[in-house]
Amino acid sequence: MTEIIKHEPTTIYIKPSKGFAALNLRDMWIYRELIYFMIWREIKVRYKQTMLGAAWAIIQPVLTMIVFTFLFGRIAKLPTDGNVPYPIFSYTALLPWGLFVAALNQASRSLTSNQNMVSKIYFPRLVLPLASVLSGLIDFIIAFVILIGLMIYYHIAPSINVLWALPLFLLLTIITALGVALWLSAINVQYRDVNYALPFMTQFWLFATPVAYSSSLISEKWRLVYSLNPMAGVVNGFRWALLGVGNGPDAGLWISVGIALIILISGLFYFRNMEKTFADTI
Amino acid sequence: MTTAISVKNLGKQYKIGAAQQKFQYNMFRDVIVDTLMTPVRVFRALRGQSMRGAITTSTFWALNDISFDLEEGKVLGIVGRNGAGKSTLLKILSRVTEPTVGTVSVRGRVGSLLEVGTGFHPELTGRENIYMNGAILGMKSAEIDRKFDEIVDFSEVGQFIDTPVKRYSSGMYLRLAFAVAAHLEPEILVVDEVLAVGDAEFQRKCLGKMSDVAQQGRTVLFVSHNMSAILRLTQEAIVLKKGQLIKRAPTAEAVDYYLSSGQAESGERIWEAEDVPAASAPFRPVAIRIKDRSDKVVDTVRSTEPVTVEWEYQLDASITGLRVGMYLSTMRGEYVFTAFDTDDAAQFEQFGARKAGRYISRCHIPADFFNEGRYLLGVNASSFAVKRYFMDENALSFNVDITGAPGTHWPEIRQGSIRPRLDWKIEKLD
Repeated sequence: MTEIIKHEPTTIYIKPSKGFAALNLRDMWIYRELIYFMIWREIKVRYKQTMLGAAWAIIQPVLTMIVFTFLFGRIAKLPTDGNVPYPIFSYTALLPWGLFVAALNQASRSLTSNQNMVSKIYFPRLVLPLASVLSGLIDFIIAFVILIGLMIYYHIAPSINVLWALPLFLLLTIITALGVALWLSAINVQYRDVNYALPFMTQFWLFATPVAYSSSLISEKWRLVYSLNPMAGVVNGFRWALLGVGNGPDAGLWISVGIALIILISGLFYFRNMEKTFADTI
Repeated sequence: MTTAISVKNLGKQYKIGAAQQKFQYNMFRDVIVDTLMTPVRVFRALRGQSMRGAITTSTFWALNDISFDLEEGKVLGIVGRNGAGKSTLLKILSRVTEPTVGTVSVRGRVGSLLEVGTGFHPELTGRENIYMNGAILGMKSAEIDRKFDEIVDFSEVGQFIDTPVKRYSSGMYLRLAFAVAAHLEPEILVVDEVLAVGDAEFQRKCLGKMSDVAQQGRTVLFVSHNMSAILRLTQEAIVLKKGQLIKRAPTAEAVDYYLSSGQAESGERIWEAEDVPAASAPFRPVAIRIKDRSDKVVDTVRSTEPVTVEWEYQLDASITGLRVGMYLSTMRGEYVFTAFDTDDAAQFEQFGARKAGRYISRCHIPADFFNEGRYLLGVNASSFAVKRYFMDENALSFNVDITGAPGTHWPEIRQGSIRPRLDWKIEKLD
């Protein structure tokens, strides 16, 4: 034993929490190293014992882009905005969409697949879905390289707006994904139905998001209702920032942001409230 | 003296059967019935949800009105049979689950040896898992850096440290996991029955670590069914019974109270009709029991007292050449002895042929026979070289407590499965 650090231990009070539990974000700060390690673990093991490894991060969106281009671009002949070639038009949307779906898939299972951690030790349970959502960023970055290639190929230069807008739209994706993931992961502890419902949910959500088509196809009077889907705001924002098509931030975007925040905050409270029974019900 | 743990009127209520349908589909029919019942189930779940806090018919208190204080640097033993609430208490103290009523204040970090290997990922290497596991247990990475070499030394996995742990043998895995947990330096250490897993060497290490921790002036809570370990390592103990704290006393007194109050485990195995294969006919086992000196059915027997084993059975027709007996073995699978009720030739003469009816074969195992630990009782009923009617190698298990047995004034684990009281004479020759 080299040295013993003498410090005054803090006293913890354990008592039944009444009503909606306080968010207790201080605990998240204390456990910040655990968040970092969980993200690191997720990334490390994600493509272990696969032949193609991290190439999957590229293969998935590229193959989807090819299928979409063939089906919606060639056969259905869906128009794009501002005559942008269909492949890059859909790929730009597939990036945040892929991040969103992967985050939901990983995070909704994050508590149940770490059952023994949850039922044996204390740590803020919020760490698990948060780390799952954030670990998807690495795939996003890998897939983003392909987008840069496509932009060079099609001679499309982003506007200067990309510098501030892209990080913000990325943040909006994360907020939406985390909010939904908090709800799903907490429900999944008690009802594993989530595992079966999620594929349908993401499929319907895909149709409600302008990934394969342009949001300009939506008639004017439905626009506001349409922007209730935060992912619609994200996809339009990505296209605007990177390809310079469509409208910049407008009223619809603020609705998207508002909805995303509502989902996140309600998700946080729901999660915290369910958290105290996780160890008993999982 | 500072108080490390202060528990006040602590209670934990569990709901039984609420919202936890076990999906056990044994037959296709069950699947169909279950599917048709879905709307009903969803409706009930929704109603249950909206009536949050309403009275649920089946609840029970795993812990009920527990209060105690523990001073810093003390080692407290917790004894009680399965389901007495020991694990629930530890879970609340380590904040895994919340109490239903009452409060606890805990001074300092609570670490537990029951978390051994939690968060280990098979794909990660030993090195990576040390960091991962350390973070899960609440260590800072600077702290892990500092202790890294010590952890690796302690675990004895040295050269495999950069191999994924899925390639480890189970012994290496356990050692590494334990090494991490053991180097967490919590102010309060909680030890559950981890000592039940792993080999003798591992158990020795666990106990050694525990007494180190205690000697450093940290607070330890120790749960075990192993009374001699409790006696060896703790000065004071509490006895839990059905969620209530029924005794707190110096360890020797508490253990004595626990053992003599007859609340130990079942100590009895009863065979239902469907447990008995048809091929056993006409022999039909009824029950086997372990009894102590006062004829009480017990799970834990004392090494210093005689033990009675009785086997009750029914013969539906007469059998000739019958012998009814048992195998006794340790949990590690070493046989201690095999014996039959008609081993005595004169006895065989008299009972070799038995008419239909109900019987009990009873034998006494003398005092000062067993060493500490858990023993397994297997049963066998056969006619030699003719037929084996019934056999169950795992009929019943029981604990042996060695309080007062020869040599227990030395706190050590004695090799061997028997602990006889031998008649030693010491002579001085010059």
